[in-house]
Amino acid sequence: MRMMKLFAAAAVFVLPAIAFADDRADMAKVDKVYADMFRDAKGEWAKRIELDETQKACSEYRNNLPQAEFEKVLKREKANVVMPADGKVMGDWKSGEKIAQSGFGLRFNDKPGTISGGNCYACHQVSKTELSFGTLGPSLLEYGKIRKFDPEEAKRTYAQIYNSNAVQPCSTMPRFGHNKVLDEQQIKDLVALLFDPESPVNK
Amino acid sequence: MRGRRLASLLAAIAFAAAPIAANAQQDATEREIERYREMISDPFSNPGYLNVDRGEAFWKTARGTKNVSLETCDLGQGPGKLEGAFARLPRYFADADQVMDTEQRLLWCMEKIQGLDTKDIIKRKFSPSNRKSNSDMEDLVAFIANKSNGEKLSQPLTHPKEKEAFLIGQELFYRRSATHDFSCQTCHGDAGKRIRLQALPQLNKHGKDAQLTQAAWPTYRISQSQVRTVQHRIWDCYRQMRMPAPAYASEGITALTVYLNKMAEGGEINVPSIKR
Repeated sequence: MRMMKLFAAAAVFVLPAIAFADDRADMAKVDKVYADMFRDAKGEWAKRIELDETQKACSEYRNNLPQAEFEKVLKREKANVVMPADGKVMGDWKSGEKIAQSGFGLRFNDKPGTISGGNCYACHQVSKTELSFGTLGPSLLEYGKIRKFDPEEAKRTYAQIYNSNAVQPCSTMPRFGHNKVLDEQQIKDLVALLFDPESPVNK
Repeated sequence: MRGRRLASLLAAIAFAAAPIAANAQQDATEREIERYREMISDPFSNPGYLNVDRGEAFWKTARGTKNVSLETCDLGQGPGKLEGAFARLPRYFADADQVMDTEQRLLWCMEKIQGLDTKDIIKRKFSPSNRKSNSDMEDLVAFIANKSNGEKLSQPLTHPKEKEAFLIGQELFYRRSATHDFSCQTCHGDAGKRIRLQALPQLNKHGKDAQLTQAAWPTYRISQSQVRTVQHRIWDCYRQMRMPAPAYASEGITALTVYLNKMAEGGEINVPSIKR
């Protein structure tokens, strides 16, 4: 009896703070509230609030896709990757470093036409020389060196920057090429930052 | 004495803004920023308290076609009762049949009680950074929130519409969109992460991170020399997410605030605080 009382007390104590956090809202209502929140968006800006199929799936499953959905996203996003026509994936690492540092572009206070950066340092440790780096993504120190500067790995990396979801569905990283944040040359320059033996990433 | 205080203050600002050279330096900088924060949190040196005073004047000034003050406005604890009201907002209001946050409720009171045209008020929703403050709303919210100092955040979810707002806020928190596929979860879904050197609070879990975050707004932002409210914080998050600007005092921002405040329940309010 005493034991039971103790259990009951413990059960009350460990009850989750939000008893219905697993409940889900009515999606039609969510869409309505969401559309109303961005009611002032026009033209290109209005398009930004439309979720594509991958965004829908990753939002609905909170990035933990069931197997069937995972395969679907992977297949769709793999088909979306466009590799450079000239077959070369390595650009200039010095320009890549600038792209990795820049967080400009595509915000509502940026001047239209501002060249976008990749803002890699916001989330990744990239080179030994830059100590102001974020931790949302893995460290990229010695990225090319660890991969023995393998040209196939460089191509795979180009594809991953172009479309992170083609490698990892619901990745935290933007689909830089697919969503036209970065152009082909910029992605090549980032691949060079990671794979050029002279780059500070590998020094 | 005053001069010395000012000098050390300026030194602290300069130090806080200096580029960081190493991790040890970073820790030292963090400590220095913390010291600066403590120093300036004093109501007599935090510029945010000027907004509190101006907010009180706005609250008591007769305006609008009805030429009355806001003093009969009911923020959830009864007409004119300000103590603890902010700690329990957003909440459901039967007269509006809607869940409202502080800003929505204030705008509602301005229209219904004062007969005030809120178009101009909304136009001046955020004071321009590093210029003269000109936002009635920033002042009013600072004044009202300050009246909950020492109280613990408590998010009511008893009314079905409050629960609905919580669940909608939760969906919005995880909704990925725009050119970068970001959601609130991208930056605030894990413990101990940072962007560059800026620590990111985890906000999808009840606990200290959410409590320290939500209980510290409105805040005086040093980098902008203005008091900012949660409305501005969420607006700025969407800017960085490459989303369009969210509408001020919209249902969506309130829903997100309900979700965040639930995660922050128990956090002790001390505002206006001071942040980078």
